[in-house]
Amino acid sequence: MSLDQLYQQIILDHSKARHGSGLAATEAPEGTSTGQSHQLNPVCGDEVTLRLAVQEGKVAQIAWDGAGCSISMASASVLSDLAEGMTVAELHEVIDSFREVLRSRGKVHADPELLGDAAAFEGVARYAARVKCAMISWVAAEDALNQAA
Amino acid sequence: MDNAEVLRIRNDFPVLDQLVNGQPLVYLDSGATSQNPLSVIEAEQEFYEQRNAAVHRGAHHLAVEATEAFEDARQTMADFIGADYVETIWTSNATEGLNLLSYALSNAGLWAAQGRGDQALKGLALKPGDEIVVTEMEHHANLIPWQELAFRTGATLRFIPIADDGSLRMDQAAAIIGPRTKVLAFTHASNVLGIINPVQELTALGHDAGALVVLDACQSAPHLPLDVKELDVDFAVFSGHKMLAPTGIGVLYGRQELLDILPPFLTGGSMITTVTMERAEYLPAPQRFEAGTQRISQAIALAAAANYLTETGLDRIHRWEADLGQRMVAGLEGIPGIRVLGPAAGKERIGLAAFDVEGVHAHDVGQFLDSRGIAVRVGHHCAQPLHRRLGLTATTRASAYLYNTTDDVDRFLEAVAGVRAYFRA
Repeated sequence: MSLDQLYQQIILDHSKARHGSGLAATEAPEGTSTGQSHQLNPVCGDEVTLRLAVQEGKVAQIAWDGAGCSISMASASVLSDLAEGMTVAELHEVIDSFREVLRSRGKVHADPELLGDAAAFEGVARYAARVKCAMISWVAAEDALNQAA
Repeated sequence: MDNAEVLRIRNDFPVLDQLVNGQPLVYLDSGATSQNPLSVIEAEQEFYEQRNAAVHRGAHHLAVEATEAFEDARQTMADFIGADYVETIWTSNATEGLNLLSYALSNAGLWAAQGRGDQALKGLALKPGDEIVVTEMEHHANLIPWQELAFRTGATLRFIPIADDGSLRMDQAAAIIGPRTKVLAFTHASNVLGIINPVQELTALGHDAGALVVLDACQSAPHLPLDVKELDVDFAVFSGHKMLAPTGIGVLYGRQELLDILPPFLTGGSMITTVTMERAEYLPAPQRFEAGTQRISQAIALAAAANYLTETGLDRIHRWEADLGQRMVAGLEGIPGIRVLGPAAGKERIGLAAFDVEGVHAHDVGQFLDSRGIAVRVGHHCAQPLHRRLGLTATTRASAYLYNTTDDVDRFLEAVAGVRAYFRA
């Protein structure tokens, strides 16, 4: 497997764009229920703090701060684009699907219908050492969602 | 040494002869763990094929052979570091050696408080008001056991800070090390900065203050001639797997008069004289600190590794690796956006270099290099406080050994030069 299959264009783009980044500068919308989660990968120091705001069963806002490798930052950015507007159940389903693909060592293919741009992370599943990088913001989102919903 | 000799040496290391991602492997992660020559692999295999038995017990032929091989290995390691036979204790690795020592020292306090053991134990016991001194550049293995010893005894942990170039602030060391200092623990060579610390100067400061001096020799014992008596340290530790041996074996050196009075850490079989249902009397060192069935084949393999290094010549290995280290740093300094940690090119360093690539996380750097068949380490290298001091969370580290050529370093440098463009930094 080549490096370009791991670092797909979309991943390199998102690692720079970092959609949803800027937690401290973003207020949660009024009337929403929020949950916040901090996740740390002690192996490499990747760190994400992510807040989800939920209103009437839907994700009203997602905001995060983080530092880490391109995979971890791109993954948080893609997640932010995906999550906003989803119902709580939909986001849970997407997170479960993402996790299944990432932990499959390449055996389970990503469903682009369900995962959208996050399907680009399929190649990460073949790099066991990088799976946690891709998962860190999603684990934070799941934790935050459980608090907020 | 030269490249021609290194190419001959490489024939002894089967693992190096392989393709990784379609390219010949360049192994520059020996600072984390080194590769094993055939003589080491065969020593371990020969033990299991011919002589496997428990040591120090049993009157049968194999038990005698195994015990002889095991104790011969101890003598080899004692000679390797200039220690006496009884001062050379087997451990699993340096981490275990440092934990053993820190627990033996807290046990010294417990024993002294109850009037048990030698009178001199009182002097080794730590209490509130006493100080343990380490440095800001320590590997976690030479930091956390001392944090925990301070916690158990009420002593205070202090550290000698580093300057921006990674060197220890010796002016501050002289102020920090004083009458309250009971233990001074520091690394011989930094696993991140590549710097070699002034061991004798620090040891003199420690001894003048009446402190025990503990040396972390993990990055020195495998790479340069080491003589613990000449350095005059009280204790030293190193790991076998960083010096061509298997995992699971290491050495703790200690001055005999200290080892013989220190209480043991682990207790059980093989380390006792008389046992009643109420209490036990313990053997002197080294058995005092070797409870339970030992790592026999690994000890024998470690001795084979030491012989391999001695036969090649540690002076020569040191000079070759220092040249490779200089080549790395000089090359890295010429690449835009690279910041090398520790001494600049031209200043003394061992054969390793850790560096930051502006705009690219170390994990991505490592992945990029791996795609070109180059193995390096990424992360904080078990030195979080040091990285924090330098304003970083993770770096990339290339570390050479006697089996690396200048071509290895050049391939590494060429790959690093391409990293920022790939990640558009």
